[in-house]
Amino acid sequence: MLTDYIPLIFMVVFGFGIGVVFLLAAEALGARRRTKEKASTYESGMPPVRTARERFSVKFYMVAVLFILFDIEIVFMYPWAVQFKELGSTAFVAMILFIVLLLAGYIYVIRKGALRWD
Amino acid sequence: MEHQILTFYDWVAKLSSSELVALILIVTLPLVFLIVYALVAILGELKISAFIQERLGPMRTGPWGIIQPVAEVVKLLQKEDITPDAANKPLFNMAPFLMFTAAYAGFAVIPFSSHFVPAGINLGLFYIFAMGSLAVIGLVMGGWASNNKYSLLGALRSVAQIVSYEIPAAIVILSIVVLASSMNLQVINANQGGWFWNWYVFGGPGSIWKLLVIPFTFGMFLLYLIASLAETNRTPFDIPEGESEIVAGYHTEYSGMKFAMFFFAEYANMFVVAALLSILFFGGWNSPFGDFMNGPIWGVFWFISKSFFFVFVQIWLRWTLPRLRVDQLMGVSWKVMTPVAFLCFFAVGLWAMLK
Repeated sequence: MLTDYIPLIFMVVFGFGIGVVFLLAAEALGARRRTKEKASTYESGMPPVRTARERFSVKFYMVAVLFILFDIEIVFMYPWAVQFKELGSTAFVAMILFIVLLLAGYIYVIRKGALRWD
Repeated sequence: MEHQILTFYDWVAKLSSSELVALILIVTLPLVFLIVYALVAILGELKISAFIQERLGPMRTGPWGIIQPVAEVVKLLQKEDITPDAANKPLFNMAPFLMFTAAYAGFAVIPFSSHFVPAGINLGLFYIFAMGSLAVIGLVMGGWASNNKYSLLGALRSVAQIVSYEIPAAIVILSIVVLASSMNLQVINANQGGWFWNWYVFGGPGSIWKLLVIPFTFGMFLLYLIASLAETNRTPFDIPEGESEIVAGYHTEYSGMKFAMFFFAEYANMFVVAALLSILFFGGWNSPFGDFMNGPIWGVFWFISKSFFFVFVQIWLRWTLPRLRVDQLMGVSWKVMTPVAFLCFFAVGLWAMLK
């Protein structure tokens, strides 16, 4: 039922509200002595060298793309899993074929070295 | 759910003759629990780590140091809230809120007892997954907005790790959904009623032939335990916060209450994964001994004991195992756990088909 979902909205609003209360309490109780050094970027006590806005390794990108591929396939399998008993053996065989295809792609990715981290 | 029972919500609504009071009570009770749990878990972490390392841990604050966590909260409240000049201010301030709100919102579908769940929705498992993924966004937001090399690197490592371990975890949960034919956590719990051999870690309810499937369901439990450690960035998977390499990772620049919110969110997530472990594999609020000590009130006791046990396991492992290297970490997830998870999925699916 749709009314089951109402507490979810309350939970989100509530969680956010608690955060605001925390911050306000810290604002009221906490110290406030700003200095230039304090507000500078942390770099183990040295003046920062270069910025963080630089290029980073392509490996992270590969992982992200592979995650999207695999996770979307798996998310699409959930409705099938809920209806597992009703759909019967034909659907199970079809799903196994689908997973075998997915695994073929997975083996290709591993062979290509997309997940080598050295 | 089809079979209507008088839930805690209905009971309060009847008693106070107001739906709103019941609604507010049902969404605030998890917060009360979360605060108590966080204090207990912080003390537990300090004391357990101390005992593992043959120390005493905190002893000065109160008898046996039991009010140490309260002292820490007071300390964090008094700390100055620093936003670095180089940071992207809106995103920097939003990230802890996102993390904390997502962690708290995850509590909405956790059934504490057969009669108490804030939102007994049919998409429970899906919802918990969605909230877990929101935490990833908060993490990247905080890491990137800090404009600090350590933070950015920590956030990227963390996301790569969480995202990699979500795949075996998702396959394992998919297998549980195949067994339970539902994503509603209350239904999953109710399916495992009776004695402890009806728990899904022991193959769920079934005949003697389920002995064949127990190795796979137990393997699924281990896979999910490992994946849940990785998803909460706990040791041995804590390279995102590796102190010896990148200071504190994504929350290097955070101080005071914003840091506390990250911290709180981490502890809340620890409980959520521990709760999922106990719901999916260990019967949640079901008593292990059939009708003995079974019921809505005992359910709270069983559920919380089981979940606290898994929180204890997480703390225990943190102080026992060394940190993995980043290439080993990715290798374990993609090259070992994903194929094994698929194998378990085949076995469980086949068994559920033939049953």
